Amino acid sequence: MRVIVCLKRVPDTGTSIRIDISGSAIDFEGVKYIISPYDEYAIELGLRQRDASDDGELALVTLDDMSAQETLRKGLAMGADSAVLLTGDFDMDGLRTAKALAKEVESAEAELILFGIKAVDDDQQQVGPMVAALIGRPCVTGVLSFEILDGRAICCREVDSTTEVVEVDLPAVLTIAKGPHEPRLATLKNIMASKRKPLEVKAAALTESRVCVRGLFKPVSRPPGRIVGEGPDAVPELLRVLREEAKVI
Amino acid sequence: MADVMVFLEQRNCRISTSGSEVVTVASSIASEIGGSVHVLVLGGPGTAENAAEFGQFGVVRIDIAEHAELSDYNPEGYARVIRDRVNQGDYAAVMLAATTLGKDLAPRVAALLDVPLATDVTGVRVEDGQVVIERPVYAGKALVELEIKATPALMSLRPNLFPACESPESAQVHMFRPDIDPGLWPVRVLERKTLAKSVLDVSDASTVVSGGRGMREPSNWRLLEQLRDALGPGAALGASRAVVDAGWRPHSEQVGQTGKTIAPKLYIAVGISGAIQHLAGMRTAQTIVAINDDADAPIFDIANYGIVGNLFEVIPRLVQEIEALRERS
Ligand SMILES: Cc1cc2nc3c(=O)[nH]c(=O)nc-3n(C[C@H](O)[C@H](O)[C@H](O)COP(=O)(O)OP(=O)(O)OC[C@H]3O[C@@H](n4cnc5c(N)ncnc54)[C@H](O)[C@@H]3O)c2cc1C
Ligand SMILES: Nc1ncnc2c1ncn2[C@@H]1O[C@H](COP(=O)(O)O)[C@@H](O)[C@H]1O
Repeated sequence: MRVIVCLKRVPDTGTSIRIDISGSAIDFEGVKYIISPYDEYAIELGLRQRDASDDGELALVTLDDMSAQETLRKGLAMGADSAVLLTGDFDMDGLRTAKALAKEVESAEAELILFGIKAVDDDQQQVGPMVAALIGRPCVTGVLSFEILDGRAICCREVDSTTEVVEVDLPAVLTIAKGPHEPRLATLKNIMASKRKPLEVKAAALTESRVCVRGLFKPVSRPPGRIVGEGPDAVPELLRVLREEAKVI
Repeated sequence: MADVMVFLEQRNCRISTSGSEVVTVASSIASEIGGSVHVLVLGGPGTAENAAEFGQFGVVRIDIAEHAELSDYNPEGYARVIRDRVNQGDYAAVMLAATTLGKDLAPRVAALLDVPLATDVTGVRVEDGQVVIERPVYAGKALVELEIKATPALMSLRPNLFPACESPESAQVHMFRPDIDPGLWPVRVLERKTLAKSVLDVSDASTVVSGGRGMREPSNWRLLEQLRDALGPGAALGASRAVVDAGWRPHSEQVGQTGKTIAPKLYIAVGISGAIQHLAGMRTAQTIVAINDDADAPIFDIANYGIVGNLFEVIPRLVQEIEALRERS
């Protein structure tokens, strides 16, 4: 079973976002990067599949600049076998990113191509199903967990308040949401091993972007709130303001 | 002169309410560019009966494909029918609601049409013939303004944000037979289990009572259930990630960056510290109430109203007072 996981590095979700002087980009100075959280779930589910088959192999792919090597090493330290860094810039044109990734994964003959359901920087929630459509493979989104049975993936997903079990023939593309299997931590042994694992760097095949950023803004901040009181005796005052000022109950 | 197409979702032949919001936005864009709004509905037999009501939101043409195989959503099937339909018209923009279904469908349509997609759009306008959109990034910590340099401009609109306005037009209903081959659809649904009817999903609730680690143990959720029940049928329970990860609450209740993004009328955070990832999921709630015994908890920075105190004393009193209020009115 050959598995590919496409991952993206994103600013640590705890980071506060500053806008740079151009007004159309984030100030990345001092920003710490992490593997986008859903991509970690994808790696976890991918590793489980790899380990379940004798000839399993898991490869990571990312489109980014050279500094993303560090992020790929983190994925290798979780247990992935190899990694490919497609060098180039990505932007809000998710289809452009998808095309570059599609070119790489199409020829790789993987039975499973996993994505995070969304990257938590641009929150576009689109690249996985786009890649699938581009390479003509079926795609199930928002998968919480899955198992492989006779050349099919049986996937569990959640749609609003409905849980669905869907099956899809392999090879397939799945986008992974936060499910019951917590991403594993890198062990010391794997961290050491990750340094020797193959990490290929090559230029991404990028088309022209068709989405142009005009500007970035901070959302209007909320008006300052107030503490209505302390302890249970503050409850009547809370209810009064909720009724008379906020008019929400 | 180009038009605007809106794809509308249906479930059991009923058009979902987010559709009227999208149609309203589409109408204003269409009038700016001198075109009209066409809506597209795919569904099983009986869908057409309910679609005509969309004329009141400024639609001039309603295209309906009724087919037994289209009654339930199928990503591959739907995406192809939409692509074919879009290619038959002259559309400046194609819009749909950024619901779970919309987010699953839109990227596939984008790839088939070879146009970029803007997800979860919170503002659209036309400037010198150019479609300009606004959408949140970094979990709402910033907003970005984008120009889409492709036609049609494809976008999904954030639900529950744009008000639906009526502007009656006499819509022409036009039925067509899509060219479909379900045998070629590779994704098959084996089972659908709907959670108990009585449980309102946190995304659909107008009031959300959310509990965090301050609740101490799962059995204490009894208190929050009482509060939810006192607040009426529009209320649902939410949770912080800390309690979801601890296995106290199901993931479907998690609010935040790796959970749901919600914008209820009233959000009550009980024993939640207000980590930046939690705020990402509820910062656009209309009114936020925080109950926490730590006056320095960051949740108070975003709350409109707060009570500093022990939740085990405050919540029972709150339940009691709300019930008393309901009895009086
Ligand atoms: C990548 C990533 C993604 C994340 N995504 C999410 C997400 O989607 N949603 C989310 O919620 N978190 C998310 N988190 C986790 C987040 O950083 C916090 O750890 C989490 O929100 C804390 O949950 P909490 O507020 O319930 O717990 P705590 O931070 O432990 O807060 C408990 C609060 O309860 C108060 N308290 C205790 N006892 C009482 C009492 N008797 N009466 C009143 N108050 C009391 C305390 O003062 C404290 O403020 C994410 C983290 C990461 C790294
Ligand atoms: N630049 C990238 N390189 C590799 N994978 C990516 C990239 N951008 C997005 N992805 C993948 O696509 C998923 C969805 O991203 P998005 O559509 O941007 O929310 C991510 O979770 C990754 O798995």
